[in-house]
Amino acid sequence: MPYPKEYRYTKEHEWVKLENGKARIGITDHAQHQLGDIVYVELPKIGTKVKQMQEFATVESVKAVSPIYAPLSGEVVDVNRELETKPELINQSPHERGWIAIIAPSDLKELDHLLTAEQYEQHIGA
Amino acid sequence: MAVFEFIPNTPEDQRKMLAEIGLSDLEQLFADIPAEVLKKFKPMGLAPMSELEVSRLVGQMAAENAHTQRYVSFLGGGIYDHYIPAIIGHLISRGEFLTCYTPYQAELSQGTLTWMFEFQTMVCELTAMEVANSSMYDGGSALAEAMLMAKNVTGRRRFLVSKSLNPHYRQCLETYAWGAGLELRDVPFTETGQLDRAALQPDEISELAGLIVQTPNFFGVIEDLSGLKDLIKDAFLIVSVNPISLGILAPPGLFGADIVVGEGQPLGIPQSFGGPLLGIFATRMSYVRKMPGRMAGRTVDADGRVGYVMALQTREQHIRREKATSNICTNQALMALCATIYMATLGRRGLRKLAELNLQKAHHLAEKIAALPGFALRFSGPFFNEFVLRTRKKPSRLLKALRDEGFLGGLDLAPYELLDGNNLLVAVTEKRTRDEMDRFVKILKGA
Amino acid sequence: MGTTIFDIGEENRTGLRLPALDVPEKSLTELIPAELIRKEDPKLPQVSQVEVVRHYTKLSRMNYGVDSGIYPLGSCTMKYNPRINEDLARLPGFAHAHPLQGDELSQGALKLMYELGEYLCVIGGMDAITLQPAAGAHGELTGMLLIKKYFERTKELHKRTKILLPDSAHGTNPASAAMCGFEVIPIPSDSRGLVDLNALKAHLDESVAGIMLTNPNTLGLFETDILEITRLIHDVGGFVYYDGANLNAIVGRARPGDMGVDIVHYNLHKTFSTPHGGGGPGAGPVAVVKKLEPYLPVPRIVKNGNKYSLDYERPHSIGKIHSFYGNFGVLVRAYAYIRMMGDEGLKAVSTNAVLNANYLRARLSKVYKAPYDRLCMHEFVLTTKGMSEEIRTLDVAKRLIDYGVHPSSIYFPLIVPEVMMIEPTETVSKEELDYFADALIKVAQEMKENPQILKEAPHAVPIYGASVRRLDEVRAAKEPILRG
Repeated sequence: MPYPKEYRYTKEHEWVKLENGKARIGITDHAQHQLGDIVYVELPKIGTKVKQMQEFATVESVKAVSPIYAPLSGEVVDVNRELETKPELINQSPHERGWIAIIAPSDLKELDHLLTAEQYEQHIGA
Repeated sequence: MAVFEFIPNTPEDQRKMLAEIGLSDLEQLFADIPAEVLKKFKPMGLAPMSELEVSRLVGQMAAENAHTQRYVSFLGGGIYDHYIPAIIGHLISRGEFLTCYTPYQAELSQGTLTWMFEFQTMVCELTAMEVANSSMYDGGSALAEAMLMAKNVTGRRRFLVSKSLNPHYRQCLETYAWGAGLELRDVPFTETGQLDRAALQPDEISELAGLIVQTPNFFGVIEDLSGLKDLIKDAFLIVSVNPISLGILAPPGLFGADIVVGEGQPLGIPQSFGGPLLGIFATRMSYVRKMPGRMAGRTVDADGRVGYVMALQTREQHIRREKATSNICTNQALMALCATIYMATLGRRGLRKLAELNLQKAHHLAEKIAALPGFALRFSGPFFNEFVLRTRKKPSRLLKALRDEGFLGGLDLAPYELLDGNNLLVAVTEKRTRDEMDRFVKILKGA
Repeated sequence: MGTTIFDIGEENRTGLRLPALDVPEKSLTELIPAELIRKEDPKLPQVSQVEVVRHYTKLSRMNYGVDSGIYPLGSCTMKYNPRINEDLARLPGFAHAHPLQGDELSQGALKLMYELGEYLCVIGGMDAITLQPAAGAHGELTGMLLIKKYFERTKELHKRTKILLPDSAHGTNPASAAMCGFEVIPIPSDSRGLVDLNALKAHLDESVAGIMLTNPNTLGLFETDILEITRLIHDVGGFVYYDGANLNAIVGRARPGDMGVDIVHYNLHKTFSTPHGGGGPGAGPVAVVKKLEPYLPVPRIVKNGNKYSLDYERPHSIGKIHSFYGNFGVLVRAYAYIRMMGDEGLKAVSTNAVLNANYLRARLSKVYKAPYDRLCMHEFVLTTKGMSEEIRTLDVAKRLIDYGVHPSSIYFPLIVPEVMMIEPTETVSKEELDYFADALIKVAQEMKENPQILKEAPHAVPIYGASVRRLDEVRAAKEPILRG
């Protein structure tokens, strides 16, 4: 699966898509492949304030729990409720339908710390 | 050099194995241990003993203890002399139950996983709760872990604890609370022996993580749980129970309990000088991911056959490490199997009948003793199979007289400093006969 | 298949008749307020005794235990459970004694506990002990509470916030530390598979309350730097906690106390032969150096002349972690085992445990990859990484089941990817070791020639114990069904 060029990525395998000043967040195809069948997602509460790279959600497979780190500082304004009943969306469509949360970022300059698609692909050795 | 029946290797076996490894001497296997450490080693000074000799030695130690085949027991206080059906010992001694471990390879452990599923179901039925785990260490630590779970879910640290809670459980709560930085506050009891609701202050409730109540409580008195959950709102109602009493008493789940725990020893487990016991733990399905302990879950295999696996392991310590819901790994599995077979054997009607026998006999004895001069029932509240007597004479004297006649008469409550005056806690189970009770009364009369 | 006791039986069947009530019966509502009486009976089964026996007999036959064959789970020490221990624990003076019946009437029980405590102290090289913890993890919690109590008294608790944890430590260690409010600091292993001393030194300051380690570690390797590690921790005023899960490797010949540790827990259901029971009961006694003795849980068992008693007068004790004195029935079994083996026997245990593990390693590392190509102790690790594109360690484990043996531990410790952790113990014969090695070697061959047979394993061959094919754990996690 190609990594969308307009997204930004973290070394911890999260992706960020900017939409109208807000940041949609999920985990990458590489991450879902490593985790295996995802069975449960612990979504953050709407209104939670997060700092960049602070743990704010978790994704579980049968035998592993993976923390999800906020790629940007800000406030959680929306979460993907579909994941409550269909956690497998993350496996099926990690970059689109399997999005996890939307953050209203407090400092867009933080994007400079994140990787481009090319840099991320290099990071995972694609 | 003795030949040990548990170590099959002969010198010939050892020689062949050393050759395969490429060594010439057994001591070379331990080359990594610093010489300094090996030098400091001290033995116990014990020669090996044969099975026959150990039987004799340990048999002598056992013979020095009082037990319920030699004494008629009216002693309770959290551990009870109930009848254990004969089949339980035989079934749990089967090597495939006794010697297996945690069912990590589900395909080789369908026996264990199936009975775990049965046990969880039975506990839910008994307590009217939605989900249960497959055991904790005992009633005391189960209650302490319930407290930790309530703190994890509510994020608050204050607990109100009924003063009529079993003092041994109370001590466990204090230790765990201190370890986790929690605050415990007492709620007194009234002359009925039940929780004093008037003492529940609104300002205490606002910062509350949970209210901890036991029913029947340490004094044997049955608590009325109705309305308690409404009073404490989103704080946890944590109830500790006697599972036998739930054959006849309305279960805590119907009163809005958030966590139900208890001591399962009455369910076919020997008293065993206080252990191994059986901690019971049940809660609401919405909290299942915060519940400690193991659980079996139903699934299917590759051919669509129904089977069982360990469910929701991601809560557990070997996966979530320091964020685990608890550190519990080895639990009390074999005792939970005892309880499962016990509840299957007694069955729906049997458990009710058993509870009724306990209730009726206890009330009969209480009435007979209370009619004696110098004895009175301490509390006016309803009780199950245990009650407190206020006595004119010192319980220690009464207990000695009873002991001399072959009775374990009950528990002197003086050391617990919960009540003023002389108080004796007496338990009556289905094992006690009318004749034994008559003799008990007679001895008290003459003591 | 999948049948539970709830699927069996019929209305009005019973498994046990009870005696009739022999005192005058009162109406229930006279004794208990109506609103507290149960209106609906719990839906427990209604089966005859025969059905109970047949059902649980069938269930037992779907299990594999130590009695069935080799059970090489790493760091579990699945050794043979001597049946004499079962008989002794069932003696009425033990099984039917009440914990509150009083010291005078319990001299035999107290004597057994006192002597067991003494023996365990010598075995561990420690000064004082509590038998109260009901399992290893319970012992770890106790150890953490002891450390916390000590620093509370020296008024250092506010700064002593960290517990160092090597990544080769045993499974429950991080959770136990976290339950007491400590921050867990992982310390990586180096290329030798041992604690990375430089990484350790980087964290050494007075914020360290202690370190929790297992020796040998979960790779089966003896921490050869142990004396330096304990010295370094002591130099910053911290405590060394020793997880006794792997004691079988050194029992009877080396002692953790002599390595400088301050707290030791023993797993009686591992090293000391008490049965695993499907997941318990175990026992996790905790022994300490003198300076931690005042904080041990109450009651302590004391001896005056030849009288034993329970002593609650310990003002600095952490309190209680179990409602009574611990899993006494388990203690009886461990006592009997120690008396049967004696010093000579315990030494033979570690000798043969380590010999057996090295023999298996020598045979298997020709076919599988041993990440640490050197002598191991009582257990060792192998990996399947690099052996096949499509087959994982999980598949190897499931195929092993078709050969009638229980697989080793898999995917723990996390340090080695696709790991198998193998501990045969000393109670396995050479013939069984060879059978196990032969089976694993055959599976390695099948990996290349017929990988599909691994992917579909186990095949529920009736003779060999697996009664089902591979179970769907994803489904169980996604849609949990936890009760009938």
